[in-house]
Amino acid sequence: MRAEVLIAFLAMAAVSYGIRVAGFLAGGRMHEHPRLRAALDQLPAAILIALVVPSLTRAGPAEWLAAAVVAALAWWVDLLLVPLAAGVVAVVVLRGML
Amino acid sequence: MTLLSENSDGARAAFIAGALRTAPVALGVLAYGLVFGALAEQAGLSFGETAFMSTIVFSGSAQFVALGLWTLPPPVVALALATLLVNFRFFLMAATMGRVLKGWPLARVLPALAWVTDENWAITMAEGERRHWGAFFLGTGAVLYVTWPTATLLGHALGSVVADPKRWGFDFAFTAVFMTLAVGLARRNRAPLVWIVSAAGSFLADRLLAGSALGASAPVLVGGIAGALVAAARAGKADAR
Repeated sequence: MRAEVLIAFLAMAAVSYGIRVAGFLAGGRMHEHPRLRAALDQLPAAILIALVVPSLTRAGPAEWLAAAVVAALAWWVDLLLVPLAAGVVAVVVLRGML
Repeated sequence: MTLLSENSDGARAAFIAGALRTAPVALGVLAYGLVFGALAEQAGLSFGETAFMSTIVFSGSAQFVALGLWTLPPPVVALALATLLVNFRFFLMAATMGRVLKGWPLARVLPALAWVTDENWAITMAEGERRHWGAFFLGTGAVLYVTWPTATLLGHALGSVVADPKRWGFDFAFTAVFMTLAVGLARRNRAPLVWIVSAAGSFLADRLLAGSALGASAPVLVGGIAGALVAAARAGKADAR
């Protein structure tokens, strides 16, 4: 292993880890204020939605229809594997058709 | 299982439950790891360097971006800055981990935080408050911490044999996972205004900041913070919630 490569990866790892520790500490502080705690409580849903939106708006009709299948199944089935597998199969089939 | 210092049956069961919940998602991670490994090999990284990178950086998006910037000698400052921007969403995710790791001493919290990544954080949050939530989280993280380096090494060994993940619909797997988890969370905790603002913020950030250095973090940061601000503003009006 080349030393300069290891140093580069160590720097990336330190930054990546530092962000998480800083976030955790900030979250602890936020927890002490009622308003910020309310923000923290809704943050997971907000982040999840924000993760999904770009991958859908950048996609086309095949992905949108597959996403509708996923959302419907996710509402009724409480098992991650079912909507996931159905979504992947649906997107392959729909891309072939559309 | 020294990870679980409670070492009770309950903690062990929660750890296994978290691992099982993550198994289907690990298939998608496997597909991307294979692609990453093949690209790393093309970029001239050795087998050992690829293994080292995947185990200590442990972040798919930052690692893909690093390959895009790769030169020899490596641009250390540029790589560190790109990692900071691309992974800034982990700041928000880690901020929500206090509830999950409640009551843990800092000596156990600090190593656990290394396992906060998109997929297993999302699975942990969607699981919702439960007994031994922290052990559940460790189970989700352990599966990915084994899968990601293994997959990248397989990809490195197989090289360009690795097919395009799009062909098998694997590019859609993460969308499907995050959608499923979002629907699950939304069903339990209804705050439509938060969702709308978060979606709008994410959409606008993706359009306006596309190609910016923030990369994958921009929509998550803008959407996540915008949604959380709405929740904070509303907390002022109606009490508690």
